[in-house]
Amino acid sequence: MFISNTEEEKKEMLKMIGVKSFEELVKQVPSKFLNPKFNLPDGLNEIEAYKKMKDLSEKNNALLSFVGGGVYERYTPAVVKHITQRTEFLTAYTPYQAEASQGILQTIYEYQSLMSELYGMDYSNASMYDGSTALAEAVKACVRISGKTKIIYSSIINPKYMDVVKTYFAGNKEYEFVSVPHKNGSVDLDKFNQLLDDKTACAVVSNPNYLGFIEDIEEFNKIAKSKNVLTVCMADPVSLAILKTPGEAGFDFAVGEGQSLGLPLSYGGPYLGIFTCKKQHLRQMPGRICGMTVDKDGKRGFTLTLQAREQHIRREKAPSNICSNQALCALSVTIYLTLLGKEGLKELALLNHNLAVYASKKLFEAGIKTKYDKPFFNEFAFDVENAESLRKNIACSKKIDIGITASELGEEFKNTVISAFTETKNEKEIDLYVSAIKEYSKSPAMKK
Amino acid sequence: MNDIQKFDTRLSVEKSKDGKRGVHFKRTIDDHSIDSKYLRKTEPKLPQMSEFDAVRHFTKLSKMNFSVDTHFYPLGSCTMKYNPKINEETSSMTGFASVHPLALTECAQGTLEIIYDMKTRLCELCGMDDATLWPVAGAHGEFTGVLVAKKHFEVKGELRDEIIVPDSAHGTNPATVTMAGFKTINIKSGADGRIDLNVLKQNLNSKTAVLMLTLPNTLGIFETHIEDIIKLCHDNGTLVYMDGANMNALIGLVKPGDFGVDIMHLNLHKTFSTPHGGGGPGSGAILVKKHLSDYLPVPIVVKKEGGFSVEENRPNTIGRIKAFFTNTAVLLRAYTYMIMHGPKEFKEISENAIINANYIKSKLNKYYPAYANEFCMHECVLTPSKELEEKGIKTLDIAKRLLDYGFHAPTVYFPLIVHEAIMIEPTETENKDTIDAFIETMIKIYEEGINNPETLKNAPHTMPVKRLDEVKAAREPNLRW
Repeated sequence: MFISNTEEEKKEMLKMIGVKSFEELVKQVPSKFLNPKFNLPDGLNEIEAYKKMKDLSEKNNALLSFVGGGVYERYTPAVVKHITQRTEFLTAYTPYQAEASQGILQTIYEYQSLMSELYGMDYSNASMYDGSTALAEAVKACVRISGKTKIIYSSIINPKYMDVVKTYFAGNKEYEFVSVPHKNGSVDLDKFNQLLDDKTACAVVSNPNYLGFIEDIEEFNKIAKSKNVLTVCMADPVSLAILKTPGEAGFDFAVGEGQSLGLPLSYGGPYLGIFTCKKQHLRQMPGRICGMTVDKDGKRGFTLTLQAREQHIRREKAPSNICSNQALCALSVTIYLTLLGKEGLKELALLNHNLAVYASKKLFEAGIKTKYDKPFFNEFAFDVENAESLRKNIACSKKIDIGITASELGEEFKNTVISAFTETKNEKEIDLYVSAIKEYSKSPAMKK
Repeated sequence: MNDIQKFDTRLSVEKSKDGKRGVHFKRTIDDHSIDSKYLRKTEPKLPQMSEFDAVRHFTKLSKMNFSVDTHFYPLGSCTMKYNPKINEETSSMTGFASVHPLALTECAQGTLEIIYDMKTRLCELCGMDDATLWPVAGAHGEFTGVLVAKKHFEVKGELRDEIIVPDSAHGTNPATVTMAGFKTINIKSGADGRIDLNVLKQNLNSKTAVLMLTLPNTLGIFETHIEDIIKLCHDNGTLVYMDGANMNALIGLVKPGDFGVDIMHLNLHKTFSTPHGGGGPGSGAILVKKHLSDYLPVPIVVKKEGGFSVEENRPNTIGRIKAFFTNTAVLLRAYTYMIMHGPKEFKEISENAIINANYIKSKLNKYYPAYANEFCMHECVLTPSKELEEKGIKTLDIAKRLLDYGFHAPTVYFPLIVHEAIMIEPTETENKDTIDAFIETMIKIYEEGINNPETLKNAPHTMPVKRLDEVKAAREPNLRW
C-alpha cells in the first residue's frame, strides 16, 4: 500500500542480492510457519478508509460536557495544531543524534524549563506517559531513596491514579498502602500526622483534590517533613498559575497531568505525564533529560544527558524501563505555554475559576450547595439524589453531561457529582446546565 | 545569512518581551476569594511572545531537525517507515478528539468499536487469542506483559522469580524484569547471534518464569530453532514472551502465535506506521494466548447487544496500567493503517522490508562486513572493516559523517554483543533510488575514512552544531532556564 519500489526494482534487488526469489531470503524461518491464512478483510483505499473513519467518528456523541476528574475539555489554539503537525517534528524520533536534532532538543529544554517554573521545582524530565504513571514513578523513586515500604496517600486523590501506582508495585507484597481519611473535603491533617511512622517512604497528596477542593499543601508537607518523610504532590498545571506551587510548599516530587495545557481529550490520550523534582533527587528521576552544553567550537547546543540512569545503559539496574515517552505532547504543551505566557496562563486560570464560582452560585440559588464549604479551583463536588441516574437522564434528554459521579471513592460519595468548568464554556451554557439539574433533580421520576 | 539567523539557538525566554501575548481568552476579573495561604507567591518565568513570534520560533527549530519526511532515517530497531498523512486526518476528526474518557459509554461507541475491532484484527494477524491496547509504549507493554506472566504463576501458586533474557536484548527487557520484581538471568548468545539451546537448557529451572525473546532478534536474524526453544520452555512450565519491536520483519508472513509464543507486544508506532513524534507518543499493545486472558489489565471493552461497554470488574486482572484508557489517538492512526491493508498488503510490508535490508547488506559487505554471515530479516548489523579500524575510525565517526550527507545515522553501538555495531533498518517504504544513494554515501565515507580519516573524526561539519561536549552536559547539568 505504501511501498515505493516497483516490481521491476524488486527483481533487480533480488538479483543483486544473489537470489532468485524472496522465499530464499527467509529460509531461516521454518517453512511450516510461512504464509498462513489470514482471516482479514481486504484493504481499503484512502477514500474508503476516510469514510469508514468518518462514520465511526460520528457514532461518538458529543454532549455539552462538564466532565472533569483529572482531564478537561480545553481549547487548543490553531498554532499548536499546526506546529505539532510539522513533519520535521512529527516524524522524527528520539534525538539520539544530537547534531541532527537540535530543534526537538531545544524544545525539550524549553519544556523542562516551563514545567520547572510552573511547579516551582528544580528540575523536570522530558515527559512521562501520563499523570498516573508519573505519579507511580515518583512514588517508586521515594521508595528507592528512603529504602522504606509504607506509602501514605490522601483518600481523595483520583482513585484511578492510585490504581496505577499499586499496579506499578504489583506483586511486591512488602509494600503497604495506607490512605488518609478526609475531613470536610480535604486531607485530615491530624490523622495524617498520626499515620506517619518510621516505615513511611512517602506521603502523596493531590491539589486540587479529586473532589475539586484546594488542599493546604504547605501544612501537609510540613507535617511529613517533621517525620522525615518524602513528599509527592500531584498538581493540575493550569491551577498553578494562581495556586501555591509544590515547590513553594517544599515537596520533593511534583507530578501532574499535562492534558490540561491544551491537549485534546481523545478518549484517553495521548496525554502528558509531568515529572519534576528537587535538585537532590535528580539522579533518581526516570526517563529522558535534555541538557544545554557546548559543541567543539564552544557554541551552545543541546543533548540528551544523564543517560547513565537509563535502561539502554543500566539495563536491569535502571530505575525505570521507560524508553519512548510523550515527546510530541510535550512539544504541544511547550508551544501552548509560549503562546499564553505568564499573563495568558493566569487569565486562563482565573477564567476557569470564575466560571466555576459562577456555577456554584447558580446552583446555590437553585438550592444545591457544594459538598463542602471549601475553596475550589475549576471543579467542585455536590450531592444530588440518585446521582448516576440523574446524570444519564440529563444526558439523554438535554444532551448535557453534568459530570462524573464520585462513587469510586466509596459509599459516602455515591450521590456526589463532580463538575468541571473551563474556558470552553460560557455563562449561558452554565445556566443551561444549572436549569437541567434543577429540573431533573426535582422531577418525580428521580425520587423513586 | 549569518549563522545566528540560520541556526538561532536563542531560547523563547531570551526573545521574550513584557507586554507581548500570543493567545487571549475572555477577559475576567482578578478577584477571587481564595485565601492567600493557598496562593502562589512568585510568578513563573514563562516567555512572552506574539503569536507570530512563537510561530517563527518553533518553525525555525523544526528546520534544525532530521525526520522521516525529510531524510532517510535507517535507525535500526525503530522502524522509521513513512507515516501516511491520512492517519493524521482521521485521528483528529472532531468526533474522536472531543470525547472525554469518563464520558458515558453511550457517547463513545465509535471509539469503542475501533478498539474492539482492532483487538480482533491484531489477534488474527499475530495468531493470538486476546489483547489489550492500553500500553502506551513498547516498554509499557513489556511491563504489562511481564505482570500478566507474574499473575499467571501467582494464580497457579508457583514461586518463580527468574526471567531469562538473551544478551542481545533491548535494554528495556532487563529493566522491565526488575520493575516487575523478577531477577534477570542474562544468557550468552551463540556464535551466530542466536539463542544457544544448550545454554538455554542449563539456565531453565523450576524458578524460570519467562523467557523474553526478540523475534527476529536484534541482529536481524530469525531464531530458526524457535520450536525447540519454545518446547524447552513449555516443558519447564516457563512462558515465552516475544518482544515484537521487530514485527515489521514478520507481518503478513507468519503468525507468532503459531510458534507457541504465550505473550507478545507490538509497537504500533513502528509496525503500524504511527509517527514517532520526536520520541513518542507510542503504543505497545499486548497480545496473549487464551490461558492468560483473565489477567489482562482493566478496563475491558466488551461487545454486547446494543453496543460496546467497558467493564472494570475482573477478579484476576493485573489492575490498571494507565488512568484513562490509552494513547487512543495513536490507536486511531494505527487502525486507519490496518484497514487499508489486507493479507496481501501486509505481506508486502515484510517482503519489501526484508529485500531492502538484504540489498544494503550485500552491497556494503565489502566495506562494512555484516556481523552475521547469512541473509538478514528486516535489518542488518554491520561493522566498520578492518581497514577503517586501522585508521582509527569508529562507528560514531561514520554515523556523524552520514549526517553531513543528509542521512540520519543508523542505530549505533547496539546490540551490545557486536563490537562497533551499525544497525541499519531501511523499512519497506524507502525506494531503491534513496537506498542506492545511501549505499553510495556509505562507500564514499569508507573511502574518506581510508584517505582522509580526520574528515570523519571531526564530523559533522554542516549541522547547526558540531560534536557536543557530553561530559560537560552530564557533569554540570544545565537542564532549565
